[in-house]
Amino acid sequence: MAVVSRKEYIGVPRDALENYKGNQLLFISWDHHMLAAAPIMFRAHPSTRLGELIDTQLVPLLQSDPDAASIDWNKVEWLKGTEAWTPDFDRSLADNGIRHKQQLRMRTPGLRTLSPAE
Amino acid sequence: MDMKTTKKKLSAKERYRLLTRDLAWEPTYRSREEIFPYTQYEGLKITDWNQWEDPFRLTMDAYWKYQAEKERKFYAIIDAHAQNNGHLNITDARYLSALKIFLQAISPGEYSAHKGFARAGREFGGVGTQVACQMQALDEIRHAQTQIHALSNYNKFYNGFHAFAEHRDRIWYTSVARSFFDDAMSAGPFEFMMAIGFSFEYVLTNLLFVPFMSGAAYNGDMATVTFGFSAQSDEARHMTLGLECIKFMLEQHPDNLPIVQGWIDKWFWRGFRVLGLVSTMMDYMLPKRVMSWREAWNIYGVENGGALFRDLARYGIRPPKNWEHAEKAVDHMSHQFMLGLYQWKFGTAFHGWIPSDEDMDWLSKKYPDTFDKYYRPRWDHIKKLEAQTGTTFSNFGLPKLCQCCQLPTLFTEPDDPTLICHRESEYKGEIYHFCSDGCKDIFDNEPEKYIQAWLPMPALMRDPVDGDLGAWMDWAHLQDGVDNGDFHASQDKANFERWRAQSSSNQ
Repeated sequence: MAVVSRKEYIGVPRDALENYKGNQLLFISWDHHMLAAAPIMFRAHPSTRLGELIDTQLVPLLQSDPDAASIDWNKVEWLKGTEAWTPDFDRSLADNGIRHKQQLRMRTPGLRTLSPAE
Repeated sequence: MDMKTTKKKLSAKERYRLLTRDLAWEPTYRSREEIFPYTQYEGLKITDWNQWEDPFRLTMDAYWKYQAEKERKFYAIIDAHAQNNGHLNITDARYLSALKIFLQAISPGEYSAHKGFARAGREFGGVGTQVACQMQALDEIRHAQTQIHALSNYNKFYNGFHAFAEHRDRIWYTSVARSFFDDAMSAGPFEFMMAIGFSFEYVLTNLLFVPFMSGAAYNGDMATVTFGFSAQSDEARHMTLGLECIKFMLEQHPDNLPIVQGWIDKWFWRGFRVLGLVSTMMDYMLPKRVMSWREAWNIYGVENGGALFRDLARYGIRPPKNWEHAEKAVDHMSHQFMLGLYQWKFGTAFHGWIPSDEDMDWLSKKYPDTFDKYYRPRWDHIKKLEAQTGTTFSNFGLPKLCQCCQLPTLFTEPDDPTLICHRESEYKGEIYHFCSDGCKDIFDNEPEKYIQAWLPMPALMRDPVDGDLGAWMDWAHLQDGVDNGDFHASQDKANFERWRAQSSSNQ
């Protein structure tokens, strides 16, 4: 059941989209790269071009990783949520179907300096 | 002439009966359901409240006597500690980070436990249970008070102790313990007892108490040590109450078994996640370490916990669902979390530091399968970056938090320590994220409860902070450049060393 209670109980999500004044949240992480210890939270307008968010906000935060300079953005594999996905860097978050609080994951096979595979 | 006889003194048994059991009555003009409206909705079947045995059989007058004696002794030692500049006896000022976390995250939990037991003391239908819960409510508020008093002397000299109530309410790592207690307090009285009385105060208590209290003893902190002694006999009563609770629930009706098992699964996992903070304290923050988190887990988790669940097997109880995942996580969690705390130390009301060479050699020895393979490379890389840039390493990318335990989702897949564990659920059109299967299962079982969680990081992106880190610090009562950042650049370090030098020389 939705919650153990004595009578009907309706929870109100605090992080709902309407609480962000037209912006949305999204999360981005880089598989097998844990120098940034957790997926990163971003707040952006849904009309933001994906490429702009990546260039101006994500890339600076990845610089401390020794693999950062070797990323070939044309070869990065992506997951949106749990589904494999091909991003269009020229289009907006909304047009890319990136929902509020969605998790995007980058994979760069073969590039794993600080966490080598078994 | 009649002989005058002195009135016979009551025996302990009579005393207990008169001052506890006989305080109850059978209602005549209201039903039991009206007076105790919360004892049925959780689905437990209680047939006879009189089966509840209070093993300590404490009456209020005995309680006051014992507790007053402990208070007198406790405050005498706290006074002496203050008069004697006891704070200068700690091994070194790194130890203070453990104390700050304790005051900001754990002591408020004692106060929450107090509220929860006071409520349970009203809501339970049996007088024995009511009296036991009321006494525990008094114990818990006394623990909150004595902890605050024990640490108050440190507040005179060091940073980060000055706003623990606001830190508990507003900071991110403190919301881990906060949400743990909020979850328990907003559950029904039986679940509350299972969560706090049993899972926390019986199964997991040593994993909290030993590191902090032994940690205090090993690191010269007499104030916290004396708190530990003052609380010890209370904790013995709490453990007994917790164990009595679970036995009572299981013996009242066989239908209670799946409900109790579900609570054991949930609260073991939530408790394990809260202990993530303790793991960093044991492995990284105590200058003189008691033992490693792994060693503590082997004794108090595997051995003691194993024995307990073998004992409970006769009721049909099995070990908690995510026990194996916990076992796999033990060799990784302190390192993963400390790396996080270090890179986000601009946002902590305590200082962080890179472990020294000696520290890393100790960690290699205690974690032979994991430290050198996964974590020393990261610490070494951070050291290299700091040498190159001349600045301390910070990651201004704020972390995704788990909707359930509220920790940053920095823990890894049980079978791949190089891959963050990503789990998510969708409920009524919204996406929710989790650090683990354990937390996702808790959410999926009662989504309406967890969707309303106040998560500190998403909240930072709303009013009144609106994404401004400086505004967040002001709002969170975190003094930038004073409470946060690198230990080696801190006022605490400089002051401690200067005062210690002054106390042993004629400068």
